[in-house]
Amino acid sequence: MLAGSIEEAVASIADGAVLVVPREVSGVAMAATRALIRRRVRRLHLVALPTSTLQADLLIGAGCVATLETSAVSLGELGPAPRFTAAILGGTLRMKDATCPALYAQLQAAEKGVPFMPLRGLIGSDVLAHRPDWRVIENPFGADDPIVALPALAPDVALFHAALADRDGNVFIGRDRELVLMAHAAARTIVTVERLSDGNLLEDPALAAGTLAGFYVESVALAPRGAWPLPLADHYPADTAHLADYARLAATAEGFARYLDEHVHERRAA
Amino acid sequence: MSGAPPEVRDEELLADTIARLIGEARHVAIGNASPIPATAALTARARGNGRPTVSLLGSRRHTFFNDGGRELFDCAGQGRIDVFFLSGGEIDGEGNINLVSIGDYDKPTVRFPGSFGSAYLYYVVPKVILFRLEHSRRTLVPRVSFVSAPGTSAPNVHRPGGPVALVTNRCLFAFERARRRFRLESVHPGHTVAEVIEHTGFDFDRPDSVPVTPAPSAETIRLMRETVAPQLAEVYPQFAERVFGIRRAGWSPQGAIGA
Repeated sequence: MLAGSIEEAVASIADGAVLVVPREVSGVAMAATRALIRRRVRRLHLVALPTSTLQADLLIGAGCVATLETSAVSLGELGPAPRFTAAILGGTLRMKDATCPALYAQLQAAEKGVPFMPLRGLIGSDVLAHRPDWRVIENPFGADDPIVALPALAPDVALFHAALADRDGNVFIGRDRELVLMAHAAARTIVTVERLSDGNLLEDPALAAGTLAGFYVESVALAPRGAWPLPLADHYPADTAHLADYARLAATAEGFARYLDEHVHERRAA
Repeated sequence: MSGAPPEVRDEELLADTIARLIGEARHVAIGNASPIPATAALTARARGNGRPTVSLLGSRRHTFFNDGGRELFDCAGQGRIDVFFLSGGEIDGEGNINLVSIGDYDKPTVRFPGSFGSAYLYYVVPKVILFRLEHSRRTLVPRVSFVSAPGTSAPNVHRPGGPVALVTNRCLFAFERARRRFRLESVHPGHTVAEVIEHTGFDFDRPDSVPVTPAPSAETIRLMRETVAPQLAEVYPQFAERVFGIRRAGWSPQGAIGA
């Protein structure tokens, strides 16, 4: 349950795995992402629920991703995600464009163990036109009411960062309920945390409702400031100066390689 | 105190225009990277003494959502979001928006971030206000390369929502769903109808005489600068600093979890 290191925790994320990761504000495991890049993981099918920023851009730029399934990748106020954009324009990334609620619905179908989930919207869009795996069906309870059916999406692994876990693998996720959705839908869940609690989170009624039960969690590793340079809500803000440096460097392949040398391949003290 | 009207910044005029479009609403939600719509919604709330409810995505303070990212979309599906904002790398004269790419989808020449929630919210939120600062033939095109979400739908498609207006740096268009066309409503101070025609890639309707977009009142300007701007800084620190000169206070940890 408790991994000895971040490297040990992510060791089971194999080449070709379907890996689901959360949006920037919900706890992105950046230290673990750097460990995956150092290990040279390849051919990931990355599912960013429902969007991504630096994490997807870094993994794509480092050559770790074969397929990306998400609703958007950008660096937010800092503009486009340069390595994502370059990979799409260069034709080196297989893209499955989605829309945010479709990804939530597909994970919810997996969470419930049902084959599909219906969703409004989408009909007449090119998002739907480019997704042969999505179908328009007739509402079985209505008349002349087409609706889109989205297949269940059950990732191999969910990976995220949170503030606190206990030694039984229970993880405090607070308001970020999509982390529970990810863990329920994925076959295995790997979590990095700021710190470990000696008590049992499920025994505290104030914390229990905001806790992902250790039953769903394969591995927890300690990673102080493990979301850096992204924010961890209620704990630390984004390192905006660092992210601006990234946006500048990653604009070119050479600059991105330099970024990897300085901040990913060079092991940083915890 | 002099009686002269305050110098109005472009962002303030646009936010005031959008605040008027919001009108009577219970709940306005703002998506990613939308500082001017956020300014507008917070201004509407400040003027309405707390109504409408404003949900700013990416904020901890300005949202009641506590059930994960899906809650926004579920809330919209329930009919509990009245106003939302969308933009587009390209927008065409039928209200179709493109947030994905230009050129062949499999070999594009330009790539944008992606559709976000548009392919759903454009259908189910009654009042969607399109906002695109850059008003040019590059952005306002005859036909989008990729339809992230269509402006209108076939009659049998569930479609309680859709576009009502398009606000740019030059003018305000209203969208008429039945005609599937934009109509020029007003031109911002310092801009002309001829200029709008020159820089718009699609055809649109217009009255014989097009009014000038009214300037915000002194009271609205005061609300924006004194009440709204500090609230914006949490989510849009760079915008709040550039437009309103607000520097974010030093960050301090608020440990939600006991030690």
